[in-house]
Amino acid sequence: MKHRRVTIRDHHAESALFGRRVFVSLILVVIAFGVLLTNMYHLQVVDHQSFQTRSNDNRIKVVPLAPNRGIIYDRHGRILAENRPVLSLEVTPEKVSNLEQTLADLQALLNIDAQTLQAFHDNRRRERRFNQVILLDRLTEEQAARFAVRQHEFPGVSIEARLVRHYPYGDAITHALGYVAKINRNDLIDLSEQGRHANYAATRVIGKLGVERYYEELLHGSIGYQQVEVDIHGRAIRTLSIEPPVPGQDIYLELDVELQQFAYDLLADDRGSIILMDPRDGAIRAMVSKPSYDPNWFAQGISYAQYQSLLNSKHSPLLNRSTQGGYPPASTIKPQLAILGLEQGTITPETRIWDPGWFQIEGVDHRYRDWLAWGHGWTDVTSAIVESCDTFYYDLALKLGIDAIHDDMIRYGFGERTGIDIAEESTAVMPSRGWKRARFNQPWYAGETVSIGIGQSYWTTTPIQLAVGTAVVANRGERPVPRLLHALQEGEVVLPAVVETREPVTLKKPENWDVVLNALNLTVSSIKGTAHRAFADATYTSGGKTGTAQVRSIGQEEEYNAEEIDERYRDNAMYVGYAPAEDPEVVVVIAAENTIGGGGSVAAPMARKLLDFYFQQERDDAKR
Amino acid sequence: MQSADQKSKWFTRFHIDGPLFVGLLLLAVISAATVYSASGQEWAMTQRQIVRIGIAFIGMLVIAQIPLGAIERFSLPLFAIGVVLLLGVLLFGESSKGAQRWLNLGVATIQPSEIMKLAVPMAIAWFIAEHGIPPTKRRMAAAFILLMVPTLMIAKQPDLGTSLLIACSGIFVLFLAGISWRLITFFAVAIGAFIPILWTFLMHGYQRQRVLTFLDPERDPLGAGYQIIQSKIAIGSGGIEGKGWMQGTQSQLEFLPERHTDFIFSVFSEEFGLVGVIGLFLVYGFIIFRGMIISMRAQRVYQKLLAGSLTLTFFVYVLVNIGMVSGLLPVVGVPLPLISYGGTSMVTLLAGFGLLMAIATNQRLVMHD
Repeated sequence: MKHRRVTIRDHHAESALFGRRVFVSLILVVIAFGVLLTNMYHLQVVDHQSFQTRSNDNRIKVVPLAPNRGIIYDRHGRILAENRPVLSLEVTPEKVSNLEQTLADLQALLNIDAQTLQAFHDNRRRERRFNQVILLDRLTEEQAARFAVRQHEFPGVSIEARLVRHYPYGDAITHALGYVAKINRNDLIDLSEQGRHANYAATRVIGKLGVERYYEELLHGSIGYQQVEVDIHGRAIRTLSIEPPVPGQDIYLELDVELQQFAYDLLADDRGSIILMDPRDGAIRAMVSKPSYDPNWFAQGISYAQYQSLLNSKHSPLLNRSTQGGYPPASTIKPQLAILGLEQGTITPETRIWDPGWFQIEGVDHRYRDWLAWGHGWTDVTSAIVESCDTFYYDLALKLGIDAIHDDMIRYGFGERTGIDIAEESTAVMPSRGWKRARFNQPWYAGETVSIGIGQSYWTTTPIQLAVGTAVVANRGERPVPRLLHALQEGEVVLPAVVETREPVTLKKPENWDVVLNALNLTVSSIKGTAHRAFADATYTSGGKTGTAQVRSIGQEEEYNAEEIDERYRDNAMYVGYAPAEDPEVVVVIAAENTIGGGGSVAAPMARKLLDFYFQQERDDAKR
Repeated sequence: MQSADQKSKWFTRFHIDGPLFVGLLLLAVISAATVYSASGQEWAMTQRQIVRIGIAFIGMLVIAQIPLGAIERFSLPLFAIGVVLLLGVLLFGESSKGAQRWLNLGVATIQPSEIMKLAVPMAIAWFIAEHGIPPTKRRMAAAFILLMVPTLMIAKQPDLGTSLLIACSGIFVLFLAGISWRLITFFAVAIGAFIPILWTFLMHGYQRQRVLTFLDPERDPLGAGYQIIQSKIAIGSGGIEGKGWMQGTQSQLEFLPERHTDFIFSVFSEEFGLVGVIGLFLVYGFIIFRGMIISMRAQRVYQKLLAGSLTLTFFVYVLVNIGMVSGLLPVVGVPLPLISYGGTSMVTLLAGFGLLMAIATNQRLVMHD
């Protein structure tokens, strides 16, 4: 069969047929290569740009870099807030194959309690995917060492060094200095409304209170960016470019931390506020609010239970009493009322009234009692301040009327924010007819004007308002804006803070200042003065006014006995003062809540000690 | 020109086809360089690849020395052995990655489908050539059945890519043998008509999904479409001049999967750009063109058909791999011939070129005589 076929084979025809098929094949090959090449041309030339972009998107990650927060110093350069490196154990849950097992192993290795583990799970829900979640902040050296040895067994878990805000003086300056805490949802909303959220892409904390909050923009600095080349596992291979963050500015406060600490200790277990301020420029040397708390709790991440205990404490430690506490000013505002009376001609320096120990509005039975039950006898404006005669002021207030009092007192800053450079400030209440109508929908009663005369009734002031009001008198009219900021560090240069003032109180008869200032000096220096005993043998001159505010109104025939009534209803002891008497350089305000004893016996001695300390410091500085 | 003449004689004596050898050597150099880059500058891996290329080249030269008559006579037995081994794989084969492709013979594990890549074109060429071309319809039908046996066995492993390529090598023999255009048209229409039926009635949902992903990889950018998207990004971002050797970010930073094996062309395109691609196409084109010349010059029909089929099959490898990594064809797992990292396909392919060289040089010897 094979042989027969061979005989009829036409080799030429076969070669020609094969040749034609090879030719067709080659054409197909050329066409196919043409198609491939056209496709390559499209990918590499026509669409090159778009693929180039996508390739860069793959490999280039922009990592935001958080700026270091500015340091806060006191006026002498002592650190009040700094950034300390802290080791924390952080977990990237998405990179851990068996999270539960890993956590259990870590728990055994590092003695992690259940609460911490719960906090980790809470945090995890809040973090974005592939972000590190803190499991343990503030690793001890021992924990860090124990983990480091076995780190290879825990992929996705690492020790990170972070900077954590630290307040070395703890609770002594909390309300003025404030604190930073983790940025929460509301902060994010605020930041994005202000268009500042991009600057916070790498930032974990934000100022929440006090100076830390008010000067947030200065302290925070500007975000930096780092372009890193990453591989498919997200590991950074190298840095392509870096735009370093601009650290926040260092700032200096007017506070003197020694004074602050002294004032803080002075209040001991009392609740209240102490302010020491330079009346000439509003510089706040000390500002204490008690009870306080440790701001480091917030900076390091406060636990829910800890926060709840602060929030629910009946002593309101979160309240900044210096700027938010509404205290009845009591007798401490008598100087301002006296000036108004003198200016209006309602009284003259020589006007005298008879004080039988009580005051009565004509035709009304109610007796407004003087603190001195048997009365001060004949009293003029000076002795009414020195001895703090209430009856004189009941009479004066009633004659002046609430409208005149309100309109004049707001010139001293009562009833409005002083403009201190922290956000936590309330206006307190400088009552008026309109205010009462709006607040209670009731008319103003003359009896209320009488109580206004001794700084009671609806009238409340914040200690910082009292500091400003006292400064206006001490300055003979100049009204400073209280200020915590002393200066900012601008590179090598220290820029002093801008000194602000408000419209001064001007008098038709400036000698009226002298009448009242003289009376305030006599309160300290004359034997009859309510602050005389407290300031006996002081090495400096000063003026001041005591005040004892009733927290609860006492019945007509009731006797007040501090030891017997509930602690919460005891009187507040107040003192406002300035020193030296001739040329005041410091104003002091003491507000001590629910004390046994009043302004003269409790608050004035505190002021004395504080001023002693202040002038002692001044002498020490002069010697140096 | 005596030295050139002597060299030519030296080449001829050892059955080496000069142009083909130079073309293959170029590919070997490209392979080593690209594997070095794609492996992340891993010298050990590159070394292994170079050793494999060396072994495969030696294998090629050894095969080139075999007398053509022996090759022709061995065609059918080799095919038979291949079928038996494939049967062995299906019955006792070792699984790897969900497919049974390997047969453990005690001394070595072998992949019988690789043998079939040579045995099928050899056997079909022998079967057709014996009775001259064009083949009769009966012979053609018989050849077709002969072809379908290994194809279906390999498809069963399952290794669809290889089985289709093996089917191609047989079909190329039939095409070159001159089956009528009418028949070719008929088959083309039949396959065309079968596709909608396949789509609507025979394919599972996930299979349809896979096809859709191939048609539009962006549908599933993190899943099945990921490879092809990253590959296209690599190729496209290479641009005209490329990012430079070892500078391809897609490959060096491992965004590109299978970069030293199936997707090595993407690495090459990213680093050498369109210029490099054209160069590579020229080398491949040159080798294919040379292979077709050899087939034309071959004297016996068996040699013509075998040489032509081997060359066209080689071309199909190139076409399928490049088409697949550049998004024109679905991803079927075919390496870029002679460049991708891996020994098995390298050895088989160069064995095929050994046969081509045997055919080429034998021809010349005859002509010189």
